[in-house]
Amino acid sequence: MNDATLFGLCGAALVGFGLYGLITNPEPLRKILAFNLLGSGVFLVFGVISRRAAAAGLGGDPVPQAMVITAIVVAFAATAMAIALVLRLFEATGRATLGSDGPADKGNA
Amino acid sequence: MPDATTAGGVLLVVAIVLPVTGILLSFILGGRQVERIALIVLSSGLAVASVIFADIWRTSHHLIYIVGDWPPPLGITLRADGLSAAMMVAIAIVICVVGVFAHADFDARAQPVETRAPFAFWVLLMGIWSGMNMIFIGGDLFTLYVALELLTFAAVPLVCVDGRLETLQAALRYLLFALLGSILYLVGTALLYGSYGTLDIVLLSRQAHMAPATLVAAVLMTIGLFAKTALFPLHLWLPPAHAGAPAAASAVLSAVVVKGSFFLAVRLWFDALPGILGPTGAQLFGALGAAAIVFGSVVALRQQRLKLLIAYSTVAQIGYLFLMFPLAFDTATMQLQSNAALTGGMLQAISHATAKAAMFMAAGLVYAALGHDRITELGGIARALPVTIVAFALGGVCLIGLPPSGGFLAKWLLLKAAVGTGQWWWATVIVAGGLFTSGYMFIVLSHALVPPREPLKLSAVVPRYQEAAALGLALFSLLLGLLVLGPIDVFQVGRVGAMTAGVR
Repeated sequence: MNDATLFGLCGAALVGFGLYGLITNPEPLRKILAFNLLGSGVFLVFGVISRRAAAAGLGGDPVPQAMVITAIVVAFAATAMAIALVLRLFEATGRATLGSDGPADKGNA
Repeated sequence: MPDATTAGGVLLVVAIVLPVTGILLSFILGGRQVERIALIVLSSGLAVASVIFADIWRTSHHLIYIVGDWPPPLGITLRADGLSAAMMVAIAIVICVVGVFAHADFDARAQPVETRAPFAFWVLLMGIWSGMNMIFIGGDLFTLYVALELLTFAAVPLVCVDGRLETLQAALRYLLFALLGSILYLVGTALLYGSYGTLDIVLLSRQAHMAPATLVAAVLMTIGLFAKTALFPLHLWLPPAHAGAPAAASAVLSAVVVKGSFFLAVRLWFDALPGILGPTGAQLFGALGAAAIVFGSVVALRQQRLKLLIAYSTVAQIGYLFLMFPLAFDTATMQLQSNAALTGGMLQAISHATAKAAMFMAAGLVYAALGHDRITELGGIARALPVTIVAFALGGVCLIGLPPSGGFLAKWLLLKAAVGTGQWWWATVIVAGGLFTSGYMFIVLSHALVPPREPLKLSAVVPRYQEAAALGLALFSLLLGLLVLGPIDVFQVGRVGAMTAGVR
């Protein structure tokens, strides 16, 4: 098993954990953490793809590396916004949950 | 066939950069000036979109701009074909009318002290427009990912722009769905890049073939886009988010934002991977669309509040958009064809955008005038706000699909495709959806038209120009069907499918 395969499997495992956490956890904060875990897995997959496509004399294909930097910035911004919303919700209610006050809430909890 | 920057290509850059410039200027000049900046950006953006549309319609050629003269696969291409041009101009019209409408609620200079809501609203409106334009003309899947994220980051705060508790919850739920959607899309782009070494849509369409990685990538991206488009059964976030936002924001969210991820799904399946969606997949997309129509309509029929009814109607109308996948699928070549069904689907997106924006604006005016939007207590409102109720009814006419509205033309094209390809079951769904729509429109209008039990006390005076904005957009959606006499063929200009077919 070479490095790329090992890291690829790690990325796949992280994606799996993250996806499971995102779907099953009712707490918004845990969902945000799970999203970040999922995101890390995806970034690792990008790294593997960059490594596999490396041209002679280069450590990796630079295009996926450029993409993953953009994706990290996007994920960071998304996390910041989600945290801001959770904090605002906590200030307003004293708890940070997606309360069940309507019929539309059941599926997401 | 190497692509090169075409004559009008620089206009595409202007279409994206203009709203961004407006946002930056707003931050520099402060909240007092933001509305003036937004109105300049809105009007000049409409002009740019119209010029692009006219250019593409006149020359029947797509516009291309190669950023920094780096050709793909290394560089980024901006590409505007007929679909992009039509969507750009329609969205520009909707956003401009919403801008006029929003002047009353988000007038930055009306308050003695500077408040946050007007600043946030106008900046987010420009952000949404920039993201939408980027989605319409982005030429590779990663640029489209960034555009999709820009759109989400502008749309989510718009849900909770007035800061009420239930809108905060709705915004957070929307954001969590959107994050899941975007990360699934990102996994897909990673797998596609790993398989083909490019994400450029034209290059991808030439190389893509049936392989496990391609299929997994396409499925993940599609699930992500469905979550963002709120296609049944991933629609849970939509009704609270769209019904809770202020009227102008609801109009933008329901009319414009959901079309962004839908457009991306069309780009992915029709342009990038035209041969990957098999007959089963096409039928599955159609089935989800049909389920959305039935479910959304039935729930809409049972709503007590006007804005929630309109939001569930959006869930139903989104379903129509996905009926075009089985109808555009050609079993002889096993490919999605850019035929009349595609035109019908895109026309449905445009007519829903205009009609639904008009309906949300009308509902906002009803809410402002009465102080509530309970459907059973609407009695007398048609006499108090006749123009608003006419606008609402005309929007409904377009959604039902009565001639000469855009909805009629769209559904007629879809029905024709359903009959032409012998898929009668989709025809049943289209007709049944129209009946459901007339059902919930009739409920609202019958309550609005009865005389009130006691004299109606309006809690606010509704400005004339707001009513005019809603009516103007409703009339536009009503007359959209007349497009058949004019630029209906623009949808087919510069289609990637048509191009590659020519090459073969």
